[in-house]
Amino acid sequence: MTTPLLEVADLGVAFTRKGEPDSVAVDGVSFDVQPGEIVGLVGESGCGKSVTSLAIMRLLPERGVRVTGSVRMEGTDLMTLSDSAMREKRGRDLSMVFQDPLSSLNPVIEIGLQVTEVLRRHRGLKKDAARREAAELLERVGIPDPRRRLDSYPHQLSGGMRQRVMIAIALACRPRLLIADEPTTALDVTIQAQILELLKELVADSGTALVMITHDLGVVAGLCDRVNVLYGGRIVERSERHRLFGTPRHPYTYGLLGSIPRLDAPPGEDLAAIRGSVNDNLPWAHACAFAPRCPRALERCSEVSPPPELAGGRFLRCHNPVPAEA
Amino acid sequence: MVTTWANRRKTRIDDLATGRSLGADALVRLRRNPVAIVGAVIVGLFILVSIFAPWIAPHDASQSFPELQEGLRPDVIPGPQPGFPLGSDQNGRDFYSRMILASRQTLLVGVFATLIGLFFGVLIGVLAGAFGGWVDTLLMRFTDVLLSIPSLLLAISIAALAAKPSQTTVIIAVAIVGVPVFARLLRGSMLAQRDSDHVLAATALGVKRRSIVLRHMVPNAIGPVIVQATLTLATAILDAAALSFLGLGDGDPARAEWGLMLANAQAYLDVRPALAFYPAIAIILVALGFTLLGEALREALDPKGRR
Repeated sequence: MTTPLLEVADLGVAFTRKGEPDSVAVDGVSFDVQPGEIVGLVGESGCGKSVTSLAIMRLLPERGVRVTGSVRMEGTDLMTLSDSAMREKRGRDLSMVFQDPLSSLNPVIEIGLQVTEVLRRHRGLKKDAARREAAELLERVGIPDPRRRLDSYPHQLSGGMRQRVMIAIALACRPRLLIADEPTTALDVTIQAQILELLKELVADSGTALVMITHDLGVVAGLCDRVNVLYGGRIVERSERHRLFGTPRHPYTYGLLGSIPRLDAPPGEDLAAIRGSVNDNLPWAHACAFAPRCPRALERCSEVSPPPELAGGRFLRCHNPVPAEA
Repeated sequence: MVTTWANRRKTRIDDLATGRSLGADALVRLRRNPVAIVGAVIVGLFILVSIFAPWIAPHDASQSFPELQEGLRPDVIPGPQPGFPLGSDQNGRDFYSRMILASRQTLLVGVFATLIGLFFGVLIGVLAGAFGGWVDTLLMRFTDVLLSIPSLLLAISIAALAAKPSQTTVIIAVAIVGVPVFARLLRGSMLAQRDSDHVLAATALGVKRRSIVLRHMVPNAIGPVIVQATLTLATAILDAAALSFLGLGDGDPARAEWGLMLANAQAYLDVRPALAFYPAIAIILVALGFTLLGEALREALDPKGRR
């Protein structure tokens, strides 16, 4: 294996509040991303996906948040970098696309300015050159009539268009890492597919590695090389995509895959669901957080925290995994 | 050419295609609002009159006329007559000319006081909203102190501090009253902007802090402040008139100023009430005009009202 582009080691994020116990959002998450690789970070709402991505970008507020662990990008620990050095890196070396493309664009200034702003900041382009480059970027993300669009305001574009613009801005400086936080959740299904296809194409073209954060297993299936499944702030299973979908071992992964509605299911059949909600967690310190919701839970599960195991290229954190041949 | 539905539809599509800013959009909606039109007409007339006052007014503000002075008795002030549409004031001067010339003073004081207040208020608001922390705390406690004093009382206290009351002290006093209002408002919407998605997105792209504040936060936060400025113009005019009325302005009796005219008319209320009536109506109308315009502007710029 080559040296990873991004190495997240034992990342922890806790929200602190005076007089209250800390609320732990991310609890010792470790994963890595190889250059040009597409890695998925999957889990339901509240499992710590977005907080993980914000922690990597160092975008969490400084007050009331405690971040531990290390995030190394090409050998540099981002956590210990100075604020100004981090600002230099953001947008140039690593970039991010957010969930809601309307609120992520500044409503009062033209698209063109928002694209050129990044180009001028990180690539030192002059005004005219930046504008030409911006038009090319918009063209590359499939926006028709890009020159005219530069003068448009965000509210004049459709949701899909706006997300294309966001992607263009994020990739403007050819970062080596792009974090996409649920980039298609706010869009309708047909547009979702287009945007995913576009992302896939662009990162392949420019050799950018992509961390795809989503709750949508369909997105993962079509896109990611490797998948991390997050539950309650910890990675419970990690594997290469085909293996994960073919033989899910963790009961949570198994349940997630099982709860996808199927078109070929007999009419009238109930949808499979994972019972309970994320709020029913046990603390990881001395139990498996998923135990209260787990159909395969043993007594041990609510007494001893399952240790991480690595077997056959699969990372797993479970006392009683689903048998491989199930 | 007759404007057909198709035509209008086409211009609308062109508008959308060429890009129309929030400001332009607000203007379109402002034009459709009768309240805004009434406000704009009053304000427009007022501004026109004050700009062209020296040419509209038939006489000078300080010029006394023997023919009017002859008619002055302890219990009589000559009313309207040929050449003097509103009659005489208590000193035998043309009341009509003085009314018109006074509009300049009012506009001058109102606009300058508001602009100065706006400048310092925006400065404080941007600093507090951009830096947060102890800078924010310090600046906001300072504005709290100013805000805790009723505005007119504050203006009177400041104006009373001046060794020699003049128009400048009135402007300064009224401006200081406006500062905390603007600062508070801007700081509040700056804070909301700081937590907004697009500021987070800009930060994630490595945009410099200065650009984030000046390009991404301030333009999005300034709307309510601009609206407040229009409303403040109205109160500034009222406050300035009140200060003059209380004798805290420039006391020169030759100067035409509505507040001062109103104060001087007090003694002659039973002789000729019109001397108090006209300046009072003028002050009220102008303040009303700015208030209507300001309120309409607020509605037009409210992002919730868009589309």
